[in-house]
Amino acid sequence: MTARAALTAPRLASILRAREAGTAALVLVVFAAATLKDHNFADASSVQQLLTGASLIALLGVGETLVIVTRNVDLSVGSVLGLCAFVVGNLFRHQHIPVWSGFVIAVALGAAIGAVNGLITTVARVPSLVVTLAMLYIIRGVDAKLVSGSIVVPSQVPSAFAAVGYRTVLGIPWLAIIVAVVVAAVAYAMRSFRSGRELYAIGSNPEAATLAGIPSGRRVFMAFVASGALAGLGGALFLALFAQVDNSAGIGYELNVIAAVVVGGVAIFGGSGTVVGAALGALLLNTIQQALVAVRSSSFWSEAIAGALLLAAIAFDRWLALRVARGLRSAEGAHRDLPVASARGSSP
Amino acid sequence: MSSEIAQPAADMQAPERGQPPAAASRPPWWQMALRWETGLVVVLIASLLFGSSESATFTSPITLFYAGINIGYIAIMALPMTLIVVTGEIDLSVASMLGMSGALLGYLWHHGWPIWPAILLALAAGVLGGALNGFLVTRLGLPSIAVTIGTLTLFRGVAEILLGSQTIPLASDRPFPAWLTKIGVVPVSGTELSYTTVIFIVLAIACGIVLHATPLGRAMFATGLQPEAARFAGIRVARIKFWLYVFSGIVCAFAGILLTAQNSSVSYNAGFGLELNVVAIVLLGGVSIFGGRGTIPGVVLSVAIVGSLQMALTQMNIDPNVQQIVIGGLLLISVVIPSLGRVARWLGPSGHKPQWALPKRHRQ
Repeated sequence: MTARAALTAPRLASILRAREAGTAALVLVVFAAATLKDHNFADASSVQQLLTGASLIALLGVGETLVIVTRNVDLSVGSVLGLCAFVVGNLFRHQHIPVWSGFVIAVALGAAIGAVNGLITTVARVPSLVVTLAMLYIIRGVDAKLVSGSIVVPSQVPSAFAAVGYRTVLGIPWLAIIVAVVVAAVAYAMRSFRSGRELYAIGSNPEAATLAGIPSGRRVFMAFVASGALAGLGGALFLALFAQVDNSAGIGYELNVIAAVVVGGVAIFGGSGTVVGAALGALLLNTIQQALVAVRSSSFWSEAIAGALLLAAIAFDRWLALRVARGLRSAEGAHRDLPVASARGSSP
Repeated sequence: MSSEIAQPAADMQAPERGQPPAAASRPPWWQMALRWETGLVVVLIASLLFGSSESATFTSPITLFYAGINIGYIAIMALPMTLIVVTGEIDLSVASMLGMSGALLGYLWHHGWPIWPAILLALAAGVLGGALNGFLVTRLGLPSIAVTIGTLTLFRGVAEILLGSQTIPLASDRPFPAWLTKIGVVPVSGTELSYTTVIFIVLAIACGIVLHATPLGRAMFATGLQPEAARFAGIRVARIKFWLYVFSGIVCAFAGILLTAQNSSVSYNAGFGLELNVVAIVLLGGVSIFGGRGTIPGVVLSVAIVGSLQMALTQMNIDPNVQQIVIGGLLLISVVIPSLGRVARWLGPSGHKPQWALPKRHRQ
């Protein structure tokens, strides 16, 4: 066990690090290229805009990573964000609740919806894609019913709450700091906590994980709750950022989030990937979009390029996975004294 | 209203025997399929009764026409989607493909092309786009859900490059030929059906025959149930999947042309977000997201249910956004109900399938 860990862990760790470093490097390359073309691109305000723009998708990407790693998917995140944003805005408008409670309510509501997703998925044992697709529509419909034309406008959002959307500390937007803290915390938990590692085990091989005594249902349930809670937080931040909510908030986010997560190196069928990668994926897609706006003063090309990039990222990950598998096989061959089963045990 | 739509369903109920034998302890497939479709028929009748009791205009023939206008182009895209999901894959790029072909048609027409070359080129774009999906999924072995989210973005991006943010009202500068735009205004002569409805019915019969009454259809079920075994049994799994993506591409491009003609205008975001509607319709029709299970009659019934509910709720002046609760609720109920009794019934021995997972075919 320890021999195997010593043998494969550094190799795997270095490859994984390379995957995230690659995404980060690509962000820098795009950034540098855009700056060469347009020197204003590196302005403080421009960079702030870049970080702010990426932070919502990155935040949802963290929750989505937790779910995807377990070989599930959460398509309801965009709807949850929209609903939570409106509910909190509506409470500010009519009940004048304190600013801090806006965040608490948004997170709690999101977590509750996540719990419904998780319960149905794990107890009824139905595919999460179907459950969360149904929830996407149900929540979107409830949201539309609640809004019914009375959208929340900036004057109804407390200024202290809206400040979260535009204030900066040392030039860094609060929004980006909040998301960075969440990313760091979840990254640590995913890397070091037993329950975090178990998420990877479940995604790598659900049956093996169950046989190994991992409470798969509970872990998957918690992943959905976390995803819902983060989408709820995203709703509160959406409200703070735009200070305005109608029933279109968050429409179509779900596929953008999955795209960012996949660009960041999270395998769509579970078992590998990190939240840092997912957040970098969101940052990369947003940087490309902003860079194209800056360079061509038109964003018409950005979507096509984002799509091509996504395809490239998937193909690259496939190639990387094949290489890792080959590397593991040759490591296995060189150390035949190790039990084969355990030498194969932990694909990243 | 939907008796015409539901009609082919009854005709195609029988050829379920084409499916490979399942685990010994399960009852025959056709029983389960029959039960699912029976449920759908009940829901359809309920929604028709609901519609006619809540709205005075619901039973008038014009309802059927507008149901076709509203949902026909979505329903058309659901047919290739059904075949693809049966083989255990998915195509999330359908709505973007619709948008791209519409945008291309509008762009070419706007730039003075004659109508037929423009239409042919729009269809060719569908073939190319579908071939790209098929190539990435079958040759490179990439997961279809990720690939088609990529091409979803890519195709929509191409539409955006072609048209930018402008909407081209095809009526103003250079009107579309009247024979084309009339599909959005008048029913097929002699009937009350919209052109999209008729096309959907014809296509549904064709897909139903292929899926349920030909060796190719059996091969699709086999592929979805157990791709490895299907391959060893001599089924050209990759080739079938590739051509299904091409088929999906061309059908969705065709739907884009229909939508453009129907609206007499085009913008790059036509059909935005419809991919999930299409998936929802297919799943409500009883097609398993894991592949290997599902019927065209089920999907046709699902289309009829969604279409009639949509018309009924619209005639009751319910906001289309709010209507999503009903569709989502139906989907949720439809997926949960069979699972409640599944341990006791036929799904008992499905322990060898991932229980909460996406299809894991291409996981490697």
